[in-house]
Amino acid sequence: MLSLSNVNKSFGKLAVLKDVSLTFEAGKSYALIGPNGSGKTTLIKSVLGMVLPNTGVISVNGKDIKGDDQYRKWIGYMPQIGRYPDNLTIGQLIDMMKNIRAEVTDVDEELIDAFKLYKLYGKPMRTLSGGTRQKVSAALAFLFKAPILILDEPTAGLDPISSELLKEKILNEKRKGKLVIITSHILSDLDELATDLVYLFEGQVQYSNLVEVLKQETGESRLSKAIATMIKQKELLHSIAP
Amino acid sequence: MTKIIRYVFYDLLRTRFVTAYTLFLWLITFALFQLDNDGGKVAVSLLNIVLMVVPMVSVVFTTIHFFNSYEFIELMLAQPLARRSIFLSEYLAVASSLCLAFLVGVGLPALVFSLGMVGMTLILTGVLLTCVFTSLAFLASVVTQDKARAIGIALLFWFFFSLIFDGLLLWVVYTFSDYPLEKVTLALIALNPVDLARIVLLLQMDISALMGYTGAFYQDFFGSSMGMIFSIAVLLLWAILPLAAALTRFLKKDL
Amino acid sequence: MKAFLLVAVIFSCVCFSYARVIKADHAHSIQQAIQIANPFDTILVTKGVYKEGNLVVQKPIHFIGEDGATLDGENKYEIFTIHAQGGTIQNLIFRNTGIASINDLAAIKMLQSSKWNISKNIFENCFFGIYLANSSHCWIENNKLTSDAEAEHQIGNGIHLWKCERVTIQNNWVKGHRDGIYFEFVTNSIINGNHSEANMRYGLHFMFSHSNEYRNNEFINNGAGVAVMYTQKVKMIGNRFIHNWGSSAYGLLLKDIRDSEISGNDFKENSVGIFMEGSSRNHFSDNQFEANGYAVRLQASCDENKFERNNFKRNTFDMVTNGSLVLNQIKSNYWDRYDGYDLNHDAVGDVPYRPVSLYGTIVERMPAAVMLWHSFLVFLLDRAERAMPAITPENLKDDFPSMKPYAVAQ
Repeated sequence: MLSLSNVNKSFGKLAVLKDVSLTFEAGKSYALIGPNGSGKTTLIKSVLGMVLPNTGVISVNGKDIKGDDQYRKWIGYMPQIGRYPDNLTIGQLIDMMKNIRAEVTDVDEELIDAFKLYKLYGKPMRTLSGGTRQKVSAALAFLFKAPILILDEPTAGLDPISSELLKEKILNEKRKGKLVIITSHILSDLDELATDLVYLFEGQVQYSNLVEVLKQETGESRLSKAIATMIKQKELLHSIAP
Repeated sequence: MTKIIRYVFYDLLRTRFVTAYTLFLWLITFALFQLDNDGGKVAVSLLNIVLMVVPMVSVVFTTIHFFNSYEFIELMLAQPLARRSIFLSEYLAVASSLCLAFLVGVGLPALVFSLGMVGMTLILTGVLLTCVFTSLAFLASVVTQDKARAIGIALLFWFFFSLIFDGLLLWVVYTFSDYPLEKVTLALIALNPVDLARIVLLLQMDISALMGYTGAFYQDFFGSSMGMIFSIAVLLLWAILPLAAALTRFLKKDL
Repeated sequence: MKAFLLVAVIFSCVCFSYARVIKADHAHSIQQAIQIANPFDTILVTKGVYKEGNLVVQKPIHFIGEDGATLDGENKYEIFTIHAQGGTIQNLIFRNTGIASINDLAAIKMLQSSKWNISKNIFENCFFGIYLANSSHCWIENNKLTSDAEAEHQIGNGIHLWKCERVTIQNNWVKGHRDGIYFEFVTNSIINGNHSEANMRYGLHFMFSHSNEYRNNEFINNGAGVAVMYTQKVKMIGNRFIHNWGSSAYGLLLKDIRDSEISGNDFKENSVGIFMEGSSRNHFSDNQFEANGYAVRLQASCDENKFERNNFKRNTFDMVTNGSLVLNQIKSNYWDRYDGYDLNHDAVGDVPYRPVSLYGTIVERMPAAVMLWHSFLVFLLDRAERAMPAITPENLKDDFPSMKPYAVAQ
């Protein structure tokens, strides 16, 4: 559904993505993890076309995204920090997004209802708290029933109830056969949500496999522990054979 | 594209800044007309506003706005929209709201107090300079990732065209004062939108009689319809070229 | 003819030794009247239009017109050509003289004549109106001269004097001629209370005309203002120079003027109030310079001129000069731009005022720099120069600037 092959990207001298090749399949949810500066955000932005890779091909549904902008109608994106025109109200923002994607008539307003955003329709964006913005971002990401969902830190800053609602929604969508890519530092969330794991380190894919496989390999039952063990193993290997 | 323009435009119109700018222009223009019955003197004061205030406000506001809407641009980029149309929408929305502020703030009073041909020229040059400096500010905004640096570059554009360029021009005039410089300076003036606007405005006012032979030469050139078309075309180029450069940069930019 | 003869006979009988009155009317031409007139006879021109071509007058005669008596030159002729000592031309209407590029055709041309009184006449579309050459002791008063010519070469001067002396020109009204009033080699004459407006070239133009007095005249909206040259001992007092506006227009252009007095004049809305070069020992006092482009353009070729008690208000440039050596004296004027202080309250500013701005100086030296007008750079330059004078002439300053404007007669 979404694949990257030999993608390289550097900002100046700094190589951020090194020969990244990945395949993401529909019906699965991927946890994209790695320390700060490992290239997660750059990878996501490359997929969204915000960052243009130096070399390599990114394709969605088998089509190279280079020079294309229509492929993004397949992607629902929830940014880490959602900032919107200050003076638009929530209602206007949602109307605007619908307006821009006027071709989609069958919209998914489940999250708008779940978060009770319709009560805040008249509120300008500048008056909203960080959490409410998150909710708006989440609602917008799911609004057009896009088959690929890219969620950057989706639960960060959400209250526990909303967080649960969102996770529920993500799982539902995955079950419907969508591709979900999530980055998060909250590993316990990922434990519930992710079927696959991609670990990025210094711009390289260090690990990419089923979460279940990782747990088996490391002998841990919790994802957080499993990842920690995996990282230690990697570091050990690295120190032996650089 | 019109959809994006509409929303950015609404957003801008609702910011206090554009309202404040409109009010500021309106108050100044109105006060000038109240304090002085001599339309010519008011026109000279308005000329200073058009040449100094309008470009400065345009560059500063545009740059700040660009960086404030960075995330919004990101949001748009995640939609199935072409970068080109997102960028041009931003430009058109910003330029037109600043132009609108100028038209309401200066244009309306000028029309009410019937400044005639001078007023028309003031409005035209004010609008064109707004477009030019908005465009330069967009260029400044895309060449760097840093907001403060972008504002610095934008102000440098303003400073260059308002002051430094004229200093260089004076130096050229001084160095080559033994030669007939009219045509050369005419070409040099076309390299600075502020100077071009200023000359066009001055020639509309009767103080142009004080400009001697040089003034007469310019009057000859700019007084003709060819000269008018030339000035408007050059000012439009000054709006289009930096915008095109900014767009090219934006298309390849990592956000 | 009978009536005419009767009148003639009666007059010749009754007043043989006195001047007679001869009537010119539709039956009797002015030409005939001139022929039969004795010196100092009066010719009464009755109402009507007389198209008699050129009338040559070689004896002193008093021409008096009834209201509406009109002499028409049919766009071909000079009307009066006078060569006589003494006489009057009064209350006549002259119109449509011929236009010629070689001869200066005039409504009234006076050659080597004297003691004429030309008053209350109206001149419409005459090439030259009143033309005096080699004449003296004439009185030209209350005439009205207008023309609607469109180009300078189609029109001569309103009142034109060449090599004359002791002429009084008073309360005349001239509009639309080439020069309103033109003097060349005219001396000891008085020009008083005239109004000269919208003439193609100069409202008043004189050269080599010494010891004349110009008082209380108005020069408004003339193509090039007023130009006076190569003259000494002139008095120009209480005149008004208004709205002489254009790239080569001057309120008053002084070229090689010496030992003259220019006082109590009002210079308003001229592109240049006074432009002077090669002029010396002139005294400018109690003048008002208001809303001019340049109030005074003082070329470096001028010396020993004195400017005092003048008002300078709302001028774009108060003064400019093209040199650094200044040999003129400027003191005790009022400058509306003066921002000094007066600690001892003696109504005299405590710091000198420098009327020459840096930008004004730059433009004088490099005319092309005028294109920087109203730019931010110029604004800054002038501010900086005021704080630290470097380029403007050091000693061109008013050490005793008045804090208050002088009351000048308007």
